[in-house]
Amino acid sequence: MLTAAGGLEPRLTWNLVQDVRQTLEFPFMVNAFRAGFIVAVLSGLVGWFMVLRRESFAGHTLAIVGFPGAAGAVLIGVSATYGLFAFALVAAVLIGVTRGSGGRGYGAQPAVIGTIQAFALACGFLFVNIYGGFLSGTTALLFGSFLGITPDQVAVLAVVAVIVSIVLAAIARPLLFASVDADVAQARGVPVRILSITFLVLLGCAAAEVSQMTGTLLVFALLVVPAATAQVWTPRPFASAVLTVVIGVCVTWLSLFAAYYSSSYPIGFFLTSFAFAAYLLANGWRRLRDHPASRPGALV
Amino acid sequence: MIAAGAVSAAAGTGLTEILGHDFMRHAFLAGVPIALAAGAVGYFMVLRSQVFTGDALSHVAFTGALGALAFGVDPRLGLFAATVLVSVILGMLGHRGRSDDVVIGTVFAWVLGLGVLALSIYASSDRAAANGAAGVNVLFGSIFGLSRSQATAAASVAVLLLLVAVAIARPLLFASLDEAVAAARGVHVRALGVGFLIIVGVTAAEATQAVGALLLLGLLAAPAGAAQRLTDRPYAALVLSSLLAAASMALGLTASYLLPKVPPSFGILAVASGVYAATFVVTPRGRRPAPAMPSR
Repeated sequence: MLTAAGGLEPRLTWNLVQDVRQTLEFPFMVNAFRAGFIVAVLSGLVGWFMVLRRESFAGHTLAIVGFPGAAGAVLIGVSATYGLFAFALVAAVLIGVTRGSGGRGYGAQPAVIGTIQAFALACGFLFVNIYGGFLSGTTALLFGSFLGITPDQVAVLAVVAVIVSIVLAAIARPLLFASVDADVAQARGVPVRILSITFLVLLGCAAAEVSQMTGTLLVFALLVVPAATAQVWTPRPFASAVLTVVIGVCVTWLSLFAAYYSSSYPIGFFLTSFAFAAYLLANGWRRLRDHPASRPGALV
Repeated sequence: MIAAGAVSAAAGTGLTEILGHDFMRHAFLAGVPIALAAGAVGYFMVLRSQVFTGDALSHVAFTGALGALAFGVDPRLGLFAATVLVSVILGMLGHRGRSDDVVIGTVFAWVLGLGVLALSIYASSDRAAANGAAGVNVLFGSIFGLSRSQATAAASVAVLLLLVAVAIARPLLFASLDEAVAAARGVHVRALGVGFLIIVGVTAAEATQAVGALLLLGLLAAPAGAAQRLTDRPYAALVLSSLLAAASMALGLTASYLLPKVPPSFGILAVASGVYAATFVVTPRGRRPAPAMPSR
């Protein structure tokens, strides 16, 4: 896997500074760390709202439609990035439009999301089948690869991340209001439905970004787990949003580091494991803080 | 038998030669009962707003099968063990209020990470050389690759699932539509909830063998969603969902037989999704689909 490193088998020493320096000697690792930073910040911000709005299922689906997007783009011979974004945006609008007018109203919605997700994956499989001889590429699309990230890709990631962050910042206040209490927000004249669709589109963009790093199946780990962890630590919105970003960046960088030094295991495994460990730690800490006798159900 | 009836119905469309192939016979033998069970279980899943749980279990199925492959045992063992174990865990964690879907999401993101680890262990082992496509088969299904004994085993489990689903249909429906009243009337709501999740887990493991871990959600959700849009009556919707799933399976298999470039799982999913999409077009606008239970 690490042939790009010039056949040099990286070895972990006890000198941490030297290890980090060694990791950063290779341009592809520097690119990976840069891309990881951008992706982690963006997915932290968007994921924080996603967890607050309880739209994990929609987020997971938007992440997954990137797979047919990328596979279809490869099939017709354009950059996978276009396919990722195109499919994510279409799916976001589709989910947003089929949703009832009642803000976060559910009803038949989960069945629609589930069908979109499975059908999108089936399309991806069809594209891969038509393309043929693409098996290793399938795994890379689904589970990601951080080795091939070019400076151009980092630039695209940065531009999209900045745009999404600006839009998110612009709608943050009404979106927070609508997420916490959709009915009251609607009564106060907040355009809840438009906000909801806009947010899904932002979520789609973020998912498309992240999937270039982690693969479409593991986007979800970076979207949901840091935000879930931060919201366990503190209930204050601003503090937990900042914490989400910090956790996301730490987990991403740490897993890049770990994946570099144990090249036989995929980055997705480290990413999800570190994130899950942070989540368990946060829950354990909260259990200790809230006295065990006073709050029996502190796990969630 | 149910399977035989559906098979002869499909064969009656003039494509008599289709059943001349062993792999097609096995595909129908396993696929139709699996679809019937998935349709019935999926209807309850949609009614109970547990589609996301089904999503999680489908990814668990992937990890289970690949974990078993990595250790060199029968993938079906890993499939059933993993899905049943996780459905028990999710059932225990359930009904804790509004954090549920975040807990589900966090747990299954990690389980998926373990699946990736198992995939890479398996891919670098000697066994992978003999069966290089096993990982992709788990993800996207390989119903045309079933042997006779595998198909028979899958069909028997599916029939069993269907019988269990029918047996608990009445109390489950009651508990799904009005949990508090059902509990007050002496229905064991919590045990029923955990039991139902185990059924979903077993169904997920079954459906993985037909359409693959990543696509089984469509087989669970699409026919159920369509049935819910077409009728308000719960038992009618339950039967309709089952039949729609079986029809999608039969049509999808036939389509993929006729068009070799189309993988069977795509054919099945395309028919199921198409039927669901059609219900959005043909259902009159004023007509409301049966209300689903709120997720909280």
